[in-house]
Amino acid sequence: MALDLFKERGIRLDRQQFDWQDLSPMPISKLDDDAFTRVRIILMNGIEQQRGRFLHHLAQMYGPLRIPLAQVRRLSHHQQTMVNWLLPPDQTPLETTIAYEQVAIEVTAMIALAEPDPYHAQIHRFGLLEDFDHMYRFSALMDRMEGKDSNNILQSYTDVIPGRPTAVEHRAPVDDLRRPYDRLTADVLTKIHDLTLVSGEYQTRDFYMTIGPMAPSMLARLLYAEIASIEEQHVTQYESLLDPMETPLEKWLMQELTTVYNYASCVKTESNPRIREIWQTCLDRTLGQFHFAMAIFRQLEKRDPVDLIPETLPETFSYTASRDFIREVLKDEVQLRAVGEEIVDPAKVPESEATERYRELLNRRGSPSTAVADGWQWQPGGELMNGTEALMDFSPGRLQ
Amino acid sequence: MKGKNEDSSKLGMNRTGIKASPIDGPRMIEGAERLTPLDTSNEPGSYVRMTVRGASLEGSMGTVPPATTPKGMAKTAIKMLRGLDPSVLIDKLGARLAFERAGVRLYDAALVKLAAHGSWEGGPDVAGLKHIRAEELEHFHMLCECVESLGADPTAVTPAANVEAMASEGIVKLLNDPRSSLSQALEGLMIAELADNACWENLIQLARSMGQDDFAVRFEEALRQENEHLAMVRGWMERRMVDAAHLELEEAPPS
Repeated sequence: MALDLFKERGIRLDRQQFDWQDLSPMPISKLDDDAFTRVRIILMNGIEQQRGRFLHHLAQMYGPLRIPLAQVRRLSHHQQTMVNWLLPPDQTPLETTIAYEQVAIEVTAMIALAEPDPYHAQIHRFGLLEDFDHMYRFSALMDRMEGKDSNNILQSYTDVIPGRPTAVEHRAPVDDLRRPYDRLTADVLTKIHDLTLVSGEYQTRDFYMTIGPMAPSMLARLLYAEIASIEEQHVTQYESLLDPMETPLEKWLMQELTTVYNYASCVKTESNPRIREIWQTCLDRTLGQFHFAMAIFRQLEKRDPVDLIPETLPETFSYTASRDFIREVLKDEVQLRAVGEEIVDPAKVPESEATERYRELLNRRGSPSTAVADGWQWQPGGELMNGTEALMDFSPGRLQ
Repeated sequence: MKGKNEDSSKLGMNRTGIKASPIDGPRMIEGAERLTPLDTSNEPGSYVRMTVRGASLEGSMGTVPPATTPKGMAKTAIKMLRGLDPSVLIDKLGARLAFERAGVRLYDAALVKLAAHGSWEGGPDVAGLKHIRAEELEHFHMLCECVESLGADPTAVTPAANVEAMASEGIVKLLNDPRSSLSQALEGLMIAELADNACWENLIQLARSMGQDDFAVRFEEALRQENEHLAMVRGWMERRMVDAAHLELEEAPPS
């Protein structure tokens, strides 16, 4: 039964308590837990991170909300800690990278399939094919640098094949801005979807900016630099879908609703009972924070949140793999490009001069994402299963 | 040597020690002694207690996956009836398999260092590194066959494989760091080869104890080759170390 957003009040703020042991639960097993458990953990970290980020910015711009925002932020911060600390220490930065890309692919695919607005769905499919390619490139790096198979993380849910080549994903900033939804007419699911993707892409951008310098090989460092740049483009793209005319308090409510929606999705689909309890705790607490925000909304905006918030929570995410859908999108839309706010077929509408100049400049001394996967095809256990020769060609004159 | 990346045994501007800061160093010590009052509210031993409590919580890195083929399942069942647990062997085979595969990539990285910086008299050459790489690859394939013959999946990461990967993360970083020299890379290869040798010895014992003599014979040949790898790597390192020390002596100013 769908969650009644006005009757289910969750846990009051003054009863939401943690101690340090609560915030650092036993991590999941990299080997035994389902890949979608890891996907949910990573996405929820991103959702909480975005909520904290937004509430900080809001507090910097809106004096009367300083105290209530500080209260909610602290709770959100601790929920984020509890969730993110579920990732295990034996999961290397590169393995976590593979998991982040799986999140980007599978969550974007679920959203693209469920999105009621055709324009937004198209944008999501467009972004999907780019993250899909990142997975292929990082998998090649993992195989060739560490001798590991990315499918140990993916667990065969997600294909490892090229998408829209990363080398052509670089666009001038103006070609990454899309048309926002209309706050008054857009479906609430559209708003939740867009905010979920902003959260996911933002945390991926920040994660790569943090771990990129920890990557050992120069090629790995170049690749992280290149793909972090695309993630910045993706944040720009998804963020531009949000209506800038929403009031700050409307945005806060949508942030809380998106968090409730995502925790509810986790509770419904989680296969690990211990982790499901954590999702349930977070859902109950976030519902309390959501009602707290609605009370402030009523008080300051003198409006009923029912103007924005549906009576019941829309159908939540299924957290099932979308292989067939992704292959279909890959077949039909890999050649598409972005010009201004539109997704276009370059055979009919050429890319902008600004984008072409920008891309040419960035790639002028070679493309890391192209080099890393040179001649690479995924297979179980890695390309060495075939007995690949040493990567270096030592024939005279090749290296000097 | 082509020598873009210097070995680190040369004198330079290292700033890490307390004596590198003759003015601020003593102030650091004085400040710490004067401004760190002992926390009397803290019960003695709390560090150990909290550490032990954390380590005592229930948790598992993971398990060995079950056999995936009927043949393997039958074999697994037979061994279990005889009171032997084949999952131990599968776990350890998975560890060697993953280590050998990662070892191939370590030698790829060493070949990159060689191509970029060159070698030294008595140091590694392309033929030597490629020879070891090829044998690591052969071992990987041989272990894949062994795992498959037990009906297990050679693409799975077993817990022991995961443990060895965790323990050797630093070696991968060292070999791939763009600033490390070929001789520094050899330090990583030596640690890998030492561990590999010991693990092969253990694996031979385990295979024999489980009646897998056919495995043990193949593993003994692998161990012989691994001994040779270790000797080659140590030989290259010793030559470099001794030469460098003598060179530095010759370059040192008269006392």
